[in-house]
Amino acid sequence: MTDRLSPAQMAWRAAQDIADGAYVNLGIGFPEMVARFQPTGRQAIFHTENGILGFGEAPLPGTEDWDLINAGKRAVTLRPGTAFFHHADSFAMVRGGHLDVAILGAYQVAETGDLANWSTGPKGVPAVGGAMDLVHGARRVAVITEHVTKDGKPKLVDRCSLPLTGVACVTRVYTSLAVIDIGDGRFVLREKLPAVTLDALRAVTGAVLHVPGPVADLIVPEI
Amino acid sequence: MDKTFPNLAAAVAGIADGMTVMIGGFGGSGAPIELIHALIDRFLATGHPYGLTVVNNNAGNGHVGLAALIEQGMVRKLICSFPRSADPVVFTEAYLAGKIALELVPQGTLAERIRAGGAGIPAFYTPTSYGTDLAKGKPVEVFEGRPYVQERWLKADYALVKAHLGDSLGNLTYRMAARNFNPLMCTAATTAIAQVSRILAPGTIDPEAVVTPGIFVQGIVEVPRPAQEEDLNRAGSVYPQVAR
Repeated sequence: MTDRLSPAQMAWRAAQDIADGAYVNLGIGFPEMVARFQPTGRQAIFHTENGILGFGEAPLPGTEDWDLINAGKRAVTLRPGTAFFHHADSFAMVRGGHLDVAILGAYQVAETGDLANWSTGPKGVPAVGGAMDLVHGARRVAVITEHVTKDGKPKLVDRCSLPLTGVACVTRVYTSLAVIDIGDGRFVLREKLPAVTLDALRAVTGAVLHVPGPVADLIVPEI
Repeated sequence: MDKTFPNLAAAVAGIADGMTVMIGGFGGSGAPIELIHALIDRFLATGHPYGLTVVNNNAGNGHVGLAALIEQGMVRKLICSFPRSADPVVFTEAYLAGKIALELVPQGTLAERIRAGGAGIPAFYTPTSYGTDLAKGKPVEVFEGRPYVQERWLKADYALVKAHLGDSLGNLTYRMAARNFNPLMCTAATTAIAQVSRILAPGTIDPEAVVTPGIFVQGIVEVPRPAQEEDLNRAGSVYPQVAR
């Protein structure tokens, strides 16, 4: 029995919550994998900040068109129904509440829904991109993240210690151990890996984990 | 009326020391590489312009285009959202050495500040950055129960943009996601210069297909086979060609 989901498995789980026809923005990195795991019969329409709706997968190496890239500056492809637009329209889609879902990565998520995912502190060169816009735009903002940092510290915390991307914006977190909703300033456990006990989960969560109702088993295929 | 410049050198001749220059593109897509290189050529020949404030989404990649402009020491300040790339060494070294100032702006706020500058709107409120370090010192106001941060317009002396087709009146079309910031920057600059793959006679571009109407464009120059930053970087290009 698995005791920890891979990034691809977290992405698979997040993909199960995306409805057919949803307009979706996927953050650079882990979240991009969500596009691979759309359930059969459903087709989401993906938005990228630099000005494309409804783009397709990466092209074969050697066939890239560098005018056709995503926000991660990786080459993508056209699909029937693709649309191009400039940046002001792109962020009107974001801030204007037109996206159904944004799925982002995280350094920390707080029980208040605060997200920290753009800066690990004052060292080096700061860079923010579109993250601060996305957290206030989409109707639903979800996060995909390991449950703890590489050195075992909780990433789900009572208050973020790292610089914030947005305040009270995240409503669901898909971690390597569980699916947790955020509402009324509380973490609420919805699903957990059968191999992980509630006590073990609480021990690696940096804030109170509420269990007001039944907790489903988090079952994900081998990928 | 004909807004066509005979060559790239003439197109960038009016950019003076200390000016604010918006440069279009998102990464390499839509980046006016040839206009930027023409500006570098002028600097190498005359020592001008320098002390520029540049507005771009990024901070250059490799040693061509915007990165090369920074590498020459021509840029005093950069206003951007994401100063990282596959090879950000030029900006990173200049920034950490204190040779270039950085104003970091969330991407959507950057786009809207430019749009506002072009539309005559001096300030606006956005939910973006509320409660974060990037909102420090900015006025906050509550509308319909939610807090919003006041942001100011952004304008420039010049915009250098890359479009696809243009006509001698300055009407422009773009190619795929190379559109990005380019149409916005045309509106927000006193003088917008577009490099295009082909300059056509007025009436050739379908009016329904015009993305940037010519009123926003003051100069246009033909660059038939524009370089792509990504291709230049994969080839290890450095501009200008000097021993390193």
